[in-house]
Amino acid sequence: MPDPISSDPKSSDRPSSDRQTPLMELSGISQIFKTKRGDRPAVRDVNLTVNAGEVLCLVGESGCGKTTTARMAAGLTKPTDGTVAYNGQDIWSMDKDQFTEFRTSVQYVHQDPYASLNPIRSVYKTISAPLRKHGLSKGNDDSWKQASELLRRVDLTPPESYLSKFPHQMSGGQRQRVAVARALSLNPKLIIADESTSMLDVSIRVGMLNMLGRLRDELGVGFIFITHDLAIAKYFGWEGRTAVMYLGEVVEYGPTQQVINDPQHPYTRALLNAVPEPDPDLAAQKLPGGGLRSADIPSLAALPSGCTFHPRCPLFEEGLCDVTSPELSLIGSRREVACHVVARESGRAAADASVSVSG
Amino acid sequence: MAQATVETATLETSVDSGVRSVRGSSLLSQLTRSASGFAGLIIVVLIVAMSLIAPLVVPEAKPNVNQIWSGPSSRHWLGTNNSGQDIVTLILRGGRTVIFVGFGAALLTTAIAVVIGSLAAYFRGRFDAIMLQITDIVMTIPQIILLAVMGAFFELNSPFALAALIGVLSWPVLMRSIRAQVLSLKEREFVEAARLLDLGTLRIVFMEIVPNMASFILINFIIAITNATYALIGMYVLGLAPMSGDNWGIMINDAWISGAMFNPNSMLYILAPVAMIVIMQLGLIMLSRSLEEILNPRLRDR
Repeated sequence: MPDPISSDPKSSDRPSSDRQTPLMELSGISQIFKTKRGDRPAVRDVNLTVNAGEVLCLVGESGCGKTTTARMAAGLTKPTDGTVAYNGQDIWSMDKDQFTEFRTSVQYVHQDPYASLNPIRSVYKTISAPLRKHGLSKGNDDSWKQASELLRRVDLTPPESYLSKFPHQMSGGQRQRVAVARALSLNPKLIIADESTSMLDVSIRVGMLNMLGRLRDELGVGFIFITHDLAIAKYFGWEGRTAVMYLGEVVEYGPTQQVINDPQHPYTRALLNAVPEPDPDLAAQKLPGGGLRSADIPSLAALPSGCTFHPRCPLFEEGLCDVTSPELSLIGSRREVACHVVARESGRAAADASVSVSG
Repeated sequence: MAQATVETATLETSVDSGVRSVRGSSLLSQLTRSASGFAGLIIVVLIVAMSLIAPLVVPEAKPNVNQIWSGPSSRHWLGTNNSGQDIVTLILRGGRTVIFVGFGAALLTTAIAVVIGSLAAYFRGRFDAIMLQITDIVMTIPQIILLAVMGAFFELNSPFALAALIGVLSWPVLMRSIRAQVLSLKEREFVEAARLLDLGTLRIVFMEIVPNMASFILINFIIAITNATYALIGMYVLGLAPMSGDNWGIMINDAWISGAMFNPNSMLYILAPVAMIVIMQLGLIMLSRSLEEILNPRLRDR
């Protein structure tokens, strides 16, 4: 499935071409949490873009800053540095009307459906509240009709049997669908799904993902999809792009198909290596610990020097990786990787290729 | 299960009232299962009903100079007082002010505490700091002394003024506990979800957060009634509130001043209103205790 390597890095199929304004653009955003025991840089200098109707998967292990990034994109927290732009406009310098427009067009689906629904509100009340508040419904009958339509869209059928229920009367999957229906009530352009399927049973997860995929295709809703599960990123974001995060930084960013089928950054490789292998013969061939030199995640309070991944990296080169911090650099046509060694090797391979072609 | 849900769906037109009545009836049926709670409820309902209806039905007790300090008899079940008025009539007619002031002051206290407490916790910052300062000030002022001073300066002859005075002085404790609860509730994800839907701050605070503490507020409302009643009776006994009209507080004060407790025939004049107040307070406390057990699952099976 690898894309034909094109010589022009800014080829027309690059989604974030300069011609259109991206729906959401995060440029150089950082979030540093100030605590009594020093600063904790949860997210450092992240650049990501999402276009209308596109899926961006954020992948990484616990504590790597996925959720913090998503919360900044949703405008729930203000980045300590950098800008979050919606339709080309910085959300923190918007006037009131523009911010309302942003607020209603970017919705968030939380991880825990047990906490994200108000326990004292029926499903109807939960879904109709935004409709009424923003004048999208005319009267009770209309709200009821629209709420039914939203429930039908998230596969809760027949909607009449769910509208009068309370959260405690429903299963986790049903609640999460209600949360999605609520997010859809304001016709959002972008939905930020923060581990929205990880609390659900595996059997329900696929149905949920298919439902979200249909919304993406039918309604043209863009997604920022946060997950720690590469299989889900692969399933849901196959047409989109994936950003792999490690300790608050994006280490690999590119089309999902390339990132998953042909991972370049040693951390992405290790993540993919960690996916359990059902075949015992193949499983036995795997390197213990995914080939990493250490299984410990460094503390955010004392980040390693140079490349933050160097204490664990199998490609570690002394004097290079522990001294300078790698920047994201283009590998191939559409993918960016932050690794000195990979960048050098790929540069050498490209040079060899051009030499062999010319010679 | 699917069938059951379809059946409930047919009730769709009356979702709201239906749900509310289901919850209300389950609360009542749970209350009937707890003996003390049910007894408390009946006591409170009977006393409130008696005090509200009696002034409309029973005529005012007329002074009768020939019947001063008469003991219990078939005409005067509890005897008469120092001006020959029938004590039963006085008791029947004397509950209205006490109950009105008790409920009114409790309503005011609870309303102030809920509004200020939840807003202070939600907004934090300067508003919170100022409100906490004010609660500190109000809490450090000795209430009974302030009531004494206020009673001496102003004519508190309307029950509204009495209710307002007691209500305005007793909100800080409840405000602090509501503030603490909102501080924890506002971090829940459904509040964040409401913020993301841009539902508006007042709606989020009073429609999403506050109803989650409804049981806590209800119990504290009942406790506030008992406190306000004690404060009112205290004012009457100390003679700080004007002695116009007839109510249980004035009866106690009058009986005390006229030395009713030294005469076995007149002892009932002081004991009867005290007994009414004690019984009502007992009923309220029993009610609030078992409501607490019903509404707070952690206390249920102990």
